[in-house]
Amino acid sequence: MYPRNRLALFHCWVAFGLFAPAVVLGFWQMLMRSPLPAPLDDPFAYYASVTLHGTVMAYVLTTFFIMGFGYAVAATSLGRPIRGMTAAWIGFAICLLGTVIAAVTVLSGRASVLYTFYPPLLASIWYYAGVFLLVGGSMIWVALMIINMIAWKRDNPGEPVPLAMFAITATALLWAWSASGVVIELLGVILPAAFGWTTQIDAGLARTLFSVTLHSIVYFWLMPAYIAYYTLAPQAAGGRLYSDLMGRLTFIMLLIFAVPVGVHHLFADPQIGGGFKYVQGFYTFLVALPTLLTVFSITASLEIAGRVRGGRGLLGWIGALPWKEPMVLAIGLSLVMLGLGGFGGFINMSFAMNSMIHNTAWVTAHFHLIFAGAAVIMYFAIAYEMWPRITGKPLRSKTLACWQLWLWFWGMLITTIPWHIAGLMGQPRRVAAFDYNIPFVARTAALVDISVIGGLILLSSAILLIIVLVRSHVGERTVIVPLRYALAVNPPARVPAALNGFAVWNSILLVLMLVVYGYPIAQFLLVLKPHSAAVYDVTRQPASVNGGP
Amino acid sequence: MADESSNPLLAPLPSGIVPQDEVDRTEKRWLLIMLGMLAVMMVIVVVTTITHAMHPPSNVETTDPVTLHLQGEFVESNLGTALGPDGVTVRLIAQQFSFVPNCVKVPADTPIKFRLSSADVVHGFILVDTNVNTMVVPGFVSEVRTSFATPGDYRMPCDEFCGLGHQGMWARVVVVPRDQFPRLTPEQRTNCVSS
Repeated sequence: MYPRNRLALFHCWVAFGLFAPAVVLGFWQMLMRSPLPAPLDDPFAYYASVTLHGTVMAYVLTTFFIMGFGYAVAATSLGRPIRGMTAAWIGFAICLLGTVIAAVTVLSGRASVLYTFYPPLLASIWYYAGVFLLVGGSMIWVALMIINMIAWKRDNPGEPVPLAMFAITATALLWAWSASGVVIELLGVILPAAFGWTTQIDAGLARTLFSVTLHSIVYFWLMPAYIAYYTLAPQAAGGRLYSDLMGRLTFIMLLIFAVPVGVHHLFADPQIGGGFKYVQGFYTFLVALPTLLTVFSITASLEIAGRVRGGRGLLGWIGALPWKEPMVLAIGLSLVMLGLGGFGGFINMSFAMNSMIHNTAWVTAHFHLIFAGAAVIMYFAIAYEMWPRITGKPLRSKTLACWQLWLWFWGMLITTIPWHIAGLMGQPRRVAAFDYNIPFVARTAALVDISVIGGLILLSSAILLIIVLVRSHVGERTVIVPLRYALAVNPPARVPAALNGFAVWNSILLVLMLVVYGYPIAQFLLVLKPHSAAVYDVTRQPASVNGGP
Repeated sequence: MADESSNPLLAPLPSGIVPQDEVDRTEKRWLLIMLGMLAVMMVIVVVTTITHAMHPPSNVETTDPVTLHLQGEFVESNLGTALGPDGVTVRLIAQQFSFVPNCVKVPADTPIKFRLSSADVVHGFILVDTNVNTMVVPGFVSEVRTSFATPGDYRMPCDEFCGLGHQGMWARVVVVPRDQFPRLTPEQRTNCVSS
């Protein structure tokens, strides 16, 4: 086993090892919110559980999986050992330490602030320190991806960087830009208050800084899925990638469009003016463009594969695709969820329509469909593709893996479609328990019950994932075909410099960020009258807690 | 092995299976269609926001959360509903874990202006079955304008996590017939027990 392989494997173990218990928490949270009886019926435990579920899924699963995937891509797509292995292991250790610190703090009940950083409500300093280490450690990975791409370019002058490496470097850059918001918020606003150096906190500034991270981080989570769409799925289907250049353009657009749009998460906030909301709302429409182009490119790539396999007619090629290949099945299911979730996203980003669904269960449904659905199902497929090649042991079995993917797909639909409807009916999100005797709440009861069934299916799928990976892991070593990335139909011999690097795009993004975020952030420091609020420790006992509505 | 014979990795397709000019032509056509679709959506957003005067709360108005109860617009005697020449203004404070006042009565078919601020942490204000929805951020005043066509009873949960008692933070807006409202005393306008 090559050292680089062990590196990728360790990252994936942490990712999926924590993913599985976090799914159990998610299922219990659904029971808590439903009319059904839940074990340990305690709102305080619910908020601790949401904090842990969100932290693990949104920060730990994603960061560790994407780092592991990045190391695997760098090694296999460039066809040479990764530079900076020692630094990579140090980064892994820092991230793991941060994860343990954050998780222990949440379990101790002193960090039930949910996983979004919205002061004046504050968790224990240890929670923020843990998350800070996790994000900081991942920046070593960001640097290594950039260094490895630059080193390869220097050694291969004029050659196009392989699309997979180009895309994972875009992912690393996107993460650095995205994390800048939460890192500045932690350093400038939260940590000084959590340390007790100040007792005043600017809630509006904190929310605005966090919004820089809030939207682009979802694109960071989605990037591995897009990389698999372009570089793994056409190969698994037996076709070729329709267009290499379109792939490059897509990843560049994802980088420069995903970051300067976070204010559309603040449409309902009083501290940002209508003009900047309008501008960023418009810009958000452009984020849809790379996805819409991807749908075309990938469908065309799969069509080539389907026709080669004997598919005829307008749609006959679809049936001819090898749907029993986990990667092919996963991309089909992922695109369906991306389509449904993307449709909901158009509503969220609409300046006026957002008011109907802001902070309702619709939003929870939306990001579960996009992230836990469309993105995470591709994480599974990537794991099924990578595991045998890292361990030298075949997948046991493809049939079981396909069952797992189908269960995840149906579980996610049965969970999120009722949530969407309940959200439209006004069910607020992030509430530990409802009184189903109230008529307004009672009308959502059946929907909530149905979604619990979806949760049970998701839980069974997560267990099946672990079974497939462990069974494969303890199997016998055989000869495995090395990982190969899809070739373009017409592989480019040369690509323009702008499509072979990121210097110009980073400059453009910097200008865009200054234009759309400069004033909205500067106003808190330079323009507005003093408006800071006192810090509130989340564990402080409230003066009075109402029994309910 | 059945898996290997169907494994496409073993038989790569030849390059140029689709000519480059066809790739370029189809991609360009798709790009134009998608840009057109996005443009239509943007136009719809612009037209509806202008013609329906729809815009989310964005007044960027500061207040001092420390003295919120003590001086200015949000002192206790000034909370609740106030009838003005251009409609009704409702002033509320959101705090852990209740809205103050916990119920307000407003007239139907009248312009209503909600003005809220937070005395402590970030809260949310949503009126179920309407499009009234705003964050309530300490240090800022949130202003939402709306009107209710018919009398009814609207629930008002806090829709942003605000601490360990968040699930108990519910309030009500009771919409009464337009002609009935002026007869209510200020005390009755913020008391829904008898209704």
